[in-house]
Amino acid sequence: MTSRRFNKLAARVGFWGLVALVVVVAVFPFYYAVITSLKPSGDLFRVELWPSTLDLANYVQVFTQRSFIQAIFNSILVATSVVFIALLLGITASYALGRVRFRGRSTVLLVILGVSMFPQVAVLSGLFEVIRALNLYNNPGGLILSYTIFTLPFTVWVLTTFMRQLPMELEEAAIMDGATPWITITKVFLPLMWPAMATTGLLAFIAAWNEFLFALTFTLTDSQRTVPVAIALLSGGSAYELPWGPIMAASVIVTVPLVVLVIIFQRRIVSGLTAGAVKG
Amino acid sequence: MASVKLDRVNKVFDSTHIIKDVDLDIGDGEFVVFVGPSGCGKSTLLRLIAGLESISDGELSIGETVVNELPPRERGVGMVFQSYALYPHMTVYENMAFGLKLAKKARETIHERVMATARILQLEELLDRKPKALSGGQRQRVAMGRAMAREPRILLFDEPLSNLDASLRVQMRNEIARLHNRLGSTMIYVTHDQVEAMTLADKIVVLNGGRVEQVGSPHELYQRPATKFVAGFIGSPTMNFLLASLAGHPEAGCRVSVEGVGDLALPQQAGEHAAGTALSLGVRPEHLRLAEASGDNAFEIVNVEYLGNEVYVYLDARDGGPLLIHRSEAPSRWQEGQRVALSPDPQHVHLFDGEGRALPAATARAAA
Repeated sequence: MTSRRFNKLAARVGFWGLVALVVVVAVFPFYYAVITSLKPSGDLFRVELWPSTLDLANYVQVFTQRSFIQAIFNSILVATSVVFIALLLGITASYALGRVRFRGRSTVLLVILGVSMFPQVAVLSGLFEVIRALNLYNNPGGLILSYTIFTLPFTVWVLTTFMRQLPMELEEAAIMDGATPWITITKVFLPLMWPAMATTGLLAFIAAWNEFLFALTFTLTDSQRTVPVAIALLSGGSAYELPWGPIMAASVIVTVPLVVLVIIFQRRIVSGLTAGAVKG
Repeated sequence: MASVKLDRVNKVFDSTHIIKDVDLDIGDGEFVVFVGPSGCGKSTLLRLIAGLESISDGELSIGETVVNELPPRERGVGMVFQSYALYPHMTVYENMAFGLKLAKKARETIHERVMATARILQLEELLDRKPKALSGGQRQRVAMGRAMAREPRILLFDEPLSNLDASLRVQMRNEIARLHNRLGSTMIYVTHDQVEAMTLADKIVVLNGGRVEQVGSPHELYQRPATKFVAGFIGSPTMNFLLASLAGHPEAGCRVSVEGVGDLALPQQAGEHAAGTALSLGVRPEHLRLAEASGDNAFEIVNVEYLGNEVYVYLDARDGGPLLIHRSEAPSRWQEGQRVALSPDPQHVHLFDGEGRALPAATARAAA
C-alpha cells in the first residue's frame, strides 16, 4: 500500500470517526430517554444500552392522565398562535424595516435586538404585572403574548435580512403593475420568502413548545398548563418518588411533533439557511 | 394623447442635485432615447416620469394632465427594467396578467389582452413556463410583454439590453424598433450606449451632470453637435479634438490656427470672440486627411487597426491628450512609425469655445 493511499484511507476513517462522535453526543441523551421510557419502573436504575424488555406501561400511564392530553392541546394552541402572530407581524415589520426608508430605521432595529438580550428572569415580574393587568393570568393568551414578545425580535431580524435581499426592481415592477404595499407583500414577496418563513416559524414553534419558566409562572391550574410544565409536575406513586418512567415517556411523546415538523419542512429550512450566503 | 412634457423639472436627493431644470417635450408616438455617461441622471429622469421617484420641483405632464402627484398606476405608463424583474414564482402568463388582475379587469379581457400581447412578442409557446426556464432574450420579451399588456400610453425602458450578449443585443434592438413601428406608442428609452441611441431614436436627449446638453434627431446630433460634450459622446470612434486659436474674422467665417496643422479658413462665425481666443477644433475620424510628412508639424502613427472593411490609424497627439484617430476604407497604405501631416476637411469640422459651446456655422453650410 502506498503512503498516499494510506493517507487517503486515514483521512476517511478520521472523518467518519468524527461524524460518529458528533452523532453519538447529539443523539445519545434522546436515545437514553427513549429506552428509559420503555423500561418497567423496577429496572429504571439498571444501566443498559440496549433494552432487554419492552414495556409500554409508562406510555399507558401518561395517556390515561386527562391533564396531560389537555396540556398537549394547550401547547399546540399556544405554539401555533405564536407562530402565526409572529410571522404576520414579522413579515409586515420586515417590509417596513427592510424596504421603507425612514428616519431612525437602524435605531428601531437595534432596539428590537436589545429587547431580546434581557434574560427571561429579568422581565418575569414586570411581565407578570402586565399579564395580570390584561386579565390574561392562567390563560393561554398570557403565554401567547409573552412568547410572541420573545420570538418577534428574532423573527423580525431574520425576515428583514431576507426582505433586503429581494431585488428592489421586483418591488418597483409590482408598483408599476399597480400593486399596493399589502399586495406586494402578499402576492410577490410572500411566495419568495417561504424558506425564511419556514425556518423562523419552526424555530418560533420549538421555542414556544419547549418554554418552561413563563408557562410555570403564568398558569395556575392543570387545565391551562402546557406540556413542559405538565411533565415537570407529573406525580409519582408517593411524594418521595420521581416518576422517571412516565416523565421519559411524556418527553418522547412531545418531541415527536417537532421531529415530524422538521422532516416536513426540512428542504425549506435547508434552502432557507443557505439562501443569501451566495448570490443567486 | 400620450405626449409628455417636462417643465423645469428638478430632483434633489438629500443634498445632491441630480436633475437640474430639465425642459423637454416628447410628442405622441415618438421614440425618445435618454443617453449619457453613468451618473448623468438619465435613469433618475426615467423614474421621475414613471412615478417611482418624486419630483422635487417643476411640472411633469402626460397628455393634458399634470401627474406630479399621481401614483404610477394612474399615469398610464409601463416599464421594462434592466434586470427584467419578472415575478419568479409566476408563469409567463401570470406575469403578464398580474397588472390586469390588479386593475380588476374581467377574466375574458385579461385573457384576450395577454394572448394578443403574447402573439406580438411570439411568447405563445412559453406562456406556461416560469422565468427560470427562459433564456435571456425570452425573459427580455416577457418583461416587455408585462409592461405592454396593460396597454399603457407610454412605455419606458431602463437599459433593457445591457444584460444580453452582443449578438442578442443587436437582435433585440431590431425587435424593439419594429415593435415601435407596429404599436406606434410613445416610448422612452434609457441607455449609456450611443449606438443604441443612434439606431433606435426619433429623438435623442443627451444628458450630462443632470442637465440636458442637446435634444435632436440622431442626424442633427451627429452633424451639428451643440457642445463639445455631445460631439465627443456621439459617434464611434469618437471625434478628435485639436487645440486651436482664433486668428481673424474674414468676411464669411473665420481663420483659426490649429496646433500642428497650421492656419485654416473655416465657415464658422466667431464674431463675438476676439482674435487669439483659445478654441477647440473637432473633426470626426473620417474627415481627417493624412499626408506623408516630416519635420516639426508631423504626427507619428502609433498603431494601425485593421477591421476588414475599414482601417483605424491612431496618431500620437502631441499635446499629451488622447490618441487621434483617422478612419478610412481598407486597404490602407499607412503603417506604424510613419510620420504624417494632418489636414481636416474644412467643410466638416466643428469649433468649440472655452465653455464647450459650438460656434454657429455660416448659413451657407447650415443649408448644405
